[in-house]
Amino acid sequence: MENGSTGAVVQADDVTRRYGEGDTAVEALRGVSLEIARGQLTAVMGPSGSGKSTLMHILAGLDKPTSGSVSIAGTEITRLKDSDLTKLRRTHIGFVFQFFNLLPMLTAEENIVLPLGIAGTKVEPGFFKDLIGKVGLGDRLTHRPAELSGGQQQRVAIARALVSQPTVMFADEPTGNLDSQTSSEILALMRDSVDAYGQTTVMVTHDAQAAAIADRILFLGDGLIVRDLPRSSQADVLVAMNELTAA
Amino acid sequence: MTKFALKGLLGRKLRTALTALAIVLGVAMISGTYVLTDSIDSAFDTIFTEVRRGSSAVVSGKAAFDLSEGSGTSAPAFDARVLETVREVDGVALAEGSVDSESTTLIGRDGKAVVNGGAPNLGFAIANGESAFNPLALEQGRWPGPDEVVIDTGTAEDEGFEIGETIGVQAEGAVERLKVVGFVRLDASISIGGATLAGFDLPTAQRLFEKEGRLDEIAVAASAGTTDAELIRNLEAALPEGTQVQTGQAQAADDAAGTNEFITFLQSFLLAFAGIALFVGSFVIANSLSITIAQRAREFATVRTLGGSRRQILVSIVVEALAVGVAASLIGLFLGLGLAKALFWLFDAVGFTLPNSGLLFETRTIVVSLLVGIVVTLLASLRPAIRATRVPPIAAVREGATLPESRFARFRTAGSLALTALGFAALGYGLFGDGLGTTQLLIWLGLGALLIFVGVALFAARLVRPLAAALGAPAARIGGAAGTLARDNARRNPQRTASTAAALMIGLALVTLVATLAAGITSTFRGAVDDVFTSDYAITAQNNFSPIPIEAAEAAAGAPGVEAIASTRTGEARVFDTTEFVTAVEPDSGEVITLEWKEGSQAVFRELGDDGAFVDDDYAESHDLSIGSPVTVIVPSGKRLRLTVQGIFDPPTGGSPFGRVTFSSETFDREYQSPRNLYTFIQTRGDITDANTEALEGALADFPNAKSQTRDEFVDNQIAALNQVLNILYVLLALSVIVSLFGIVNTLVLTVFERTRELGMLRAIGMTRRQVRRMIRHESVITALIGGVLGIILGVVLGALLIARVDFIEFSLPTTQLVVFAILTVVVGILAAIFPARRAAKLDPLKALQYE
Ligand SMILES: Nc1ncnc2c1ncn2[C@@H]1O[C@H](COP(=O)(O)OP(=O)(O)O)[C@@H](O)[C@H]1O
Ligand SMILES: [Mg+2]
Repeated sequence: MENGSTGAVVQADDVTRRYGEGDTAVEALRGVSLEIARGQLTAVMGPSGSGKSTLMHILAGLDKPTSGSVSIAGTEITRLKDSDLTKLRRTHIGFVFQFFNLLPMLTAEENIVLPLGIAGTKVEPGFFKDLIGKVGLGDRLTHRPAELSGGQQQRVAIARALVSQPTVMFADEPTGNLDSQTSSEILALMRDSVDAYGQTTVMVTHDAQAAAIADRILFLGDGLIVRDLPRSSQADVLVAMNELTAA
Repeated sequence: MTKFALKGLLGRKLRTALTALAIVLGVAMISGTYVLTDSIDSAFDTIFTEVRRGSSAVVSGKAAFDLSEGSGTSAPAFDARVLETVREVDGVALAEGSVDSESTTLIGRDGKAVVNGGAPNLGFAIANGESAFNPLALEQGRWPGPDEVVIDTGTAEDEGFEIGETIGVQAEGAVERLKVVGFVRLDASISIGGATLAGFDLPTAQRLFEKEGRLDEIAVAASAGTTDAELIRNLEAALPEGTQVQTGQAQAADDAAGTNEFITFLQSFLLAFAGIALFVGSFVIANSLSITIAQRAREFATVRTLGGSRRQILVSIVVEALAVGVAASLIGLFLGLGLAKALFWLFDAVGFTLPNSGLLFETRTIVVSLLVGIVVTLLASLRPAIRATRVPPIAAVREGATLPESRFARFRTAGSLALTALGFAALGYGLFGDGLGTTQLLIWLGLGALLIFVGVALFAARLVRPLAAALGAPAARIGGAAGTLARDNARRNPQRTASTAAALMIGLALVTLVATLAAGITSTFRGAVDDVFTSDYAITAQNNFSPIPIEAAEAAAGAPGVEAIASTRTGEARVFDTTEFVTAVEPDSGEVITLEWKEGSQAVFRELGDDGAFVDDDYAESHDLSIGSPVTVIVPSGKRLRLTVQGIFDPPTGGSPFGRVTFSSETFDREYQSPRNLYTFIQTRGDITDANTEALEGALADFPNAKSQTRDEFVDNQIAALNQVLNILYVLLALSVIVSLFGIVNTLVLTVFERTRELGMLRAIGMTRRQVRRMIRHESVITALIGGVLGIILGVVLGALLIARVDFIEFSLPTTQLVVFAILTVVVGILAAIFPARRAAKLDPLKALQYE
């Protein structure tokens, strides 16, 4: 890979994003620069409306910045054509959504292998078996999403994001729609995938418990990165959050 | 990806099935039409070939010009002595002469003629029952001798006749009673539809058909070693003027020409309606797909985030459409078999029984049905599919993701108006353009109507808000909160409501168009008949249009109370190098028919004599005729009648009641073989009285196929024929209305599905199931009414335009029918809502709220 084994896989340079125009315009991001290191789990924290989702969408190429540049695995993506962006997604990007976004008519297993079908590639049998074992769906693999609990659905979604072994996996509030017990399980799974596969992951959350599993925590406030913490305990994260909201 | 597409269909079985129905019906109509017409065609072909099976060559009378089939005018019979000549020709092994007639009615036990719609009542001479030329097979009894008859088993069974009984037979003269000595069927054992068969020995047939000493045909078998070509050559050399000879096969093809023409017409006619149904179906499909695709926007966006390309999205939807198209077309194809059966039955029910030798399923039927069904589905899916590819990946994470507006959205209003204008232009060109052939005219009209429908359908989105407000007002008043919500729901997505309504609009526009044309024709015709036929009574055939023997009128003339009686006859002739219908009138016609004379007077009727004629002013103008101008009329025998114009009349708006040239019945009867009356008009003492009515009916006792009727009855009966045609049109258009009804069902089901949460919320805050049902029902009725109102207006406008083109029809608004159509629209709305409303009411409020 272009940036070497320890370099940044995602790079943002002075990214701004404005929604709307004139009086009603909202500056969701006001100049964000960052680098995401390979093999790390990076959490993006911040209060509601601070621009977390906006940042993630732009980093993942779902949305275009108003200004600034973003590159993934060395490719500048803000000016890519739709078809090139599609190719980039196939090899470099995985997604985990807050609302799972599974396709209702496909079984869990079919959902998991869908990205491969789309890209027209095959999975390594060894890796696939390991992955299925890791997400722990057991006999639920032949069930449809409607027959699965929220936690199970999110496991399927994580497996789907991992199956193509993307350069970076993005997750926007992956536990935002789950109870705390299930959240812990999902977080453990995410952590596990980083440790076992060295999966570079960017996770947006406003939950301190979630942030505590990260190798690095970026705090966003009002469209700017206001704090950059290394791995911290849940208590430290809470303290940092309180300081920010107080400020 | 294909799997993804197909699984999607299975996951939405109900919605897929509803969408497919629209295509199923249209394809069924195509396949049904082909099966029906192929079956009739093959039945007729078998009949005609069978009849000529044993003939190497057939000698027949030769008309001076080509007579159109079914005109009632036949080639003149020839001298029976030709048979002797033929028998002496080299290479002739066997030759037999015969006469035939297509109006030899059998009289049933009830004293009424056995006539089934327009089916022929065939009469034959059977010179020799055992001969190879005899197309009939004896099922019971024996072949006929003098004053005996064999009849077809079907009639015998229906009417309950036994061998040895007598049966009334009427050909050219009064009814004669002949002894039934056998039951027969066509050798090919084919159902002959509504036709009846009567076979006689040659002299009896010649007497009945008034062809004594003459023959219609001679069937010839070649001797061993003589080729058909040699035989024909030898015969041609020997035959006198006024006869012709051709091979048995060629004769069969000639015989079949008329029915083939009819079948081709029937085929195009029915296919046109299948096309309309499919056109409506394509709206339904496009609309259902648009809705499903809008609902699945998030799914497509998710696939995009997983690396799916636009192309893959497009392909997945097209594959879905293809699967639906293939499945629907296959089902439609086979449903067509059932439909063909139903059509046989339908034609039978309206008195138009068709021959049948079993249903025929040709490869062409399969290919065309599948191809058209699949292509229409694919085309209809294209626009929604392209819109789906425009869903951006970010829609995967946005709440309430919607389809992006099409790039052309802002040209929509202008575009739809332009299309409508273009449609009217095409229509106008078709109607008023110079020198267009019938096919071209129809193409322009069709194209115009198509463009108008598409244009109005696109523009309709703009009309939905005001229309829903107006049409929904009663709903809001009587339906309370549910009604108000229904009205607002109908306005919520104008595009969707408009496309749903548009499908119904097309069906209703066409139904209204037909009704408007019919109203114009009926009222104009009524006016014309009122003006022209000033008699008290009229006599026609039971079916109102078949020619009847002249003796019927002669019998009626003897009834007490008859002051004046005059009949009209028609036939074909060559005039100014064109084959035209000509009319003959009797001297008393002036007493019962009143014309508006431009030149001449009522007296002309009496003064026509041997060489007088009169024409209408249009004809006079186009051929530069005035009083005293000579007109040469060539009759089928080839004889030239040199007539002189004695009168020119101004025809009523309903069109001339006569052919191009009218001359005296005396001349007509001399020149035409087996002359028959079309109408007989009678003036009675004391006008219409019960006594007169009874006297006339009594006088016609020997002519069961003739009926006397009062003037009003006559007008009604003449219009009844038109109504029968109308009923067929309505039934055929009903198919399109049914397709659009399914379109409404489909939209509502999809809408209910989409509003699951909202419905749950409404139920949770206290809306009853009844109210939910009412809300859906009102929305359905409002949608239907939008389509209905647009369709009715469009139909009247199109009808008025067509009528403006045709000089002899005046516009008249079919008020009653329009009210009926409006009510029908409401009924369609109510019917369409039944199923979706029930589904909506069944939703468990709790589940509905949990629904994601
Ligand atoms: N599509 C949009 N249109 C307009 N404003 C938006 C849109 N998405 C987000 N915003 C605004 O941008 C700001 C940042 O939003 P978001 O990135 O969703 O924050 P977070 O994910 O941290 O809660 C908020 O003020 C939000 O209202
Ligand atoms: Mg967010």
